[in-house]
Amino acid sequence: MNIIIKRFDKYKEPNSIDMSYPVFEGLTLLENFLKIKTTIDPTLVFSGVCRSGVCGSCSVMVNGKAKLACSYKPKNGDYIEPLGYHEVQRDLIVDKNKAHYTLKTSHSWLNGEAKVENSPKVTVQSDCILCDSCYSACPVLVVNGDFLGPFALTKVYRYTLQSNDNKTSIDAIQKNGIWDCTLCGECTIACPQGIDPKMDIMNLRSKSVQSGYNDPNFTNMDFGFGGFGFD
Amino acid sequence: MTTDILIIGSGGAGLSAAIKAKELGCDVVVATKTLPTNANTCMAQGGFNASNSDDVQTHIDDTLKSSRGIGSPVMIKTMCEKSNDALDWLLALGVPFSLDDNGKLANRFMGGSTNKRTYYAEDYTGLKILQTLYDTCLKNSITFKENYYLLNLIIDEDSKEVSGATFLDISSGEVREIRAKSVIIATGGYSGVYNGFTTNGFGSTGDGIAAVIRAGGIASDLEFVQFHPTALKKSSILISEAARGEGGYLVNSDGVRFIDELLPRDEVSRAISKELSQKKEVFLDVRHLGSEKLSHLLPQELKLCKIHEGLDMACDLIPIKSVAHYTMGGIEVDQKLQASRLKGCFAVGECSNAHIHGANRLGGNSLLEIISMGLIAGENASNYTPKKIEKENNQLLKDKAFINAIYSTFTNQINFYEKREFLGKILYHNAGVIRNDTGLKGVLSALRQMQKEFTFMGISDKSKEFNTNLVDFIEFGNALEVTEMILVGALHRCESRGAHYREDFPQTNDTFKSHSIFYKVDGVLCAEFLKESDCSTTASLHKKSVK
Ligand SMILES: Cc1cc2nc3c(=O)[nH]c(=O)nc-3n(C[C@H](O)[C@H](O)[C@H](O)COP(=O)(O)OP(=O)(O)OC[C@H]3O[C@@H](n4cnc5c(N)ncnc54)[C@H](O)[C@@H]3O)c2cc1C
Ligand code: SF4
Ligand code: SF4
Repeated sequence: MNIIIKRFDKYKEPNSIDMSYPVFEGLTLLENFLKIKTTIDPTLVFSGVCRSGVCGSCSVMVNGKAKLACSYKPKNGDYIEPLGYHEVQRDLIVDKNKAHYTLKTSHSWLNGEAKVENSPKVTVQSDCILCDSCYSACPVLVVNGDFLGPFALTKVYRYTLQSNDNKTSIDAIQKNGIWDCTLCGECTIACPQGIDPKMDIMNLRSKSVQSGYNDPNFTNMDFGFGGFGFD
Repeated sequence: MTTDILIIGSGGAGLSAAIKAKELGCDVVVATKTLPTNANTCMAQGGFNASNSDDVQTHIDDTLKSSRGIGSPVMIKTMCEKSNDALDWLLALGVPFSLDDNGKLANRFMGGSTNKRTYYAEDYTGLKILQTLYDTCLKNSITFKENYYLLNLIIDEDSKEVSGATFLDISSGEVREIRAKSVIIATGGYSGVYNGFTTNGFGSTGDGIAAVIRAGGIASDLEFVQFHPTALKKSSILISEAARGEGGYLVNSDGVRFIDELLPRDEVSRAISKELSQKKEVFLDVRHLGSEKLSHLLPQELKLCKIHEGLDMACDLIPIKSVAHYTMGGIEVDQKLQASRLKGCFAVGECSNAHIHGANRLGGNSLLEIISMGLIAGENASNYTPKKIEKENNQLLKDKAFINAIYSTFTNQINFYEKREFLGKILYHNAGVIRNDTGLKGVLSALRQMQKEFTFMGISDKSKEFNTNLVDFIEFGNALEVTEMILVGALHRCESRGAHYREDFPQTNDTFKSHSIFYKVDGVLCAEFLKESDCSTTASLHKKSVK
């Protein structure tokens, strides 16, 4: 059994090569990376900390789908590459700064006072491990690199449920945010924690409408209504 | 780079301190060797201890009892009395703790506690705390330096004042310094030296403790390591205490239940180790609970058993072993959490020894410590006025030279990964749950050999950027330093107390009702025992430094 790992080093020519490594059977993908590093090739670079699916550091693409390396058992021929829509730094390590900056842009924290009684409503959203799997699956990022992306919006939704003062965060997610999502649900499929960012985004849309915002797509359509030539 | 407060480590302890210091008007930089939310704190499932006014004295008594005579009544009182405030603080930040059917905060019993006082957020308590603290840090514009690996403290040799630290910037491979008015070390524990035999994440190598020792500070009680009875046999992944709490059995390969599963962790761990040393296997048996109940009570565990052992808890016996889980020892601090013998340098969380857990930690008290003490550390560091800050210091040059030497003169004829694995194994078997003189001496001599061979080890990867081979190697160097202290402490503590069990001295002996103290003189490790009363004055600690 072998797996193929897409290696990347910006100082090498070519930058990127596919390398095949034997699979240590019975071990997770992360344990395989570790075995490769300690017994075959110490130059292989990857991230990983907790080994148990809660630190969010080891997500990679396996055959085009985001997986936590610590929670996946490799199969013969698997093709492993770094997460999508992130700048690759070396091998399987990507720069998560840009993606995580969306947390700042979207003000995804508690504004106002906490409503402790609402804690049960955010059980799922607050399970987020910031693994970026959803971000890496989201097709909007192909066309709009500034899109806030699924995990930040899920976090915003979480905090809107926990607080009664949500104006700043609702304001912050109008542009490159909730209305740019195509509701394709890829993020929901990718999430290892069973979070449903798509649904959270839909809920944020309703909240935004309640706060007086309109769907800009719909508004545009409205504007151009006369020109649609329905008759 | 210069700031008011430099915090090293982004676990619960580091982030609480950061939020507090920022609130008090300080400029704060948090440097961490991974990304901020990757700290070990995220792994805590069980919960967070907090006691109301009716319970606080019992909480103090429980903690003192668990410390087996070497906890500080003053520090324990401080922590327990602040526990409710700490819980309220987390709730105010939005940590969604679980509620019961009446909408009140839900709590549970943890082993060793007289009353129910462990608050939890499903089985993701640590995760939800850490993520919420991180969100709060972003809200308060706290600066993060990720992929910054602490190398050494910057210290003035005469005044012993710490004015910053040097780091390997993993992303560029450059050695850099961050200067600060005061420094808080929050780098977590050292269970990772038991490589392959720990529930902790990668990199729990006690880097902060090693840096303090090199800077002339003190570490203490390193021989006290808590072993968790139920970790998966192959991967050492934790299966929570809840599995036994809910009625799970422990059986050996003969199918015999050999211990009361609900005894304290150290007793259960010893019973398991005895079975394993007789070449028997030990299993966790929860099959009688049935798959429906299991998926409701232990969802994470079901998943982890499937992934890591390929087993279904509902039909299979789960092979387990006891592994290193929490380290009670650490950087010796005074009651203000200032590292002994150093000035302007604070330590908090699992890396520190604030004499709270003593010889054994009570479940749920660690999350409490990192938050309550984290806030105190943030405050004390903010109030610290440095004597001098702009003094010349050659630590940066020294560390650059050291990193260069690893690239150019360390021969790499010996594979340190093999040594790391070997050390983890002999440490586990001889300085683990059950210890004796011969075994400890054997490991100590193997360790000293590795220290001699260190320059014949080295790195194969000669790239600058993201050289994790280099990071692993430096971590291994720190692990060697920390392990030496574990072994020396365990060897000289000729008694059994709490998590430290010597089969050749199975009784507690009150001539050892004291703390093991470690420091270096001219690069040589020195150790002695000091009574609690002598530590708390710290005067004697300072006096001894002339030795
Ligand atoms: C599986 C598991 C379950 C647990 N369950 C519970 C529980 O239910 N209740 C409880 O009270 N306790 C529990 N604990 C213990 C508790 O989680 C930890 O003791 C606590 O979280 C430690 O927090 P900390 O902030 O001190 O350190 P950590 O969370 O370990 O953080 C250390 C930080 O320091 C950084 N760091 C380390 N070295 C360097 C370096 N050289 N340079 C820069 N940065 C560095 C790390 O990257 C990290 O950010 C559990 C522990 C484990 C492993
Ligand atoms: S549902 Fe929206 S956020 Fe999720 S992947 Fe699709 S476009 Fe992206
Ligand atoms: S929402 Fe899910 S996939 Fe996205 S970062 Fe959080 S845990 Fe990962």
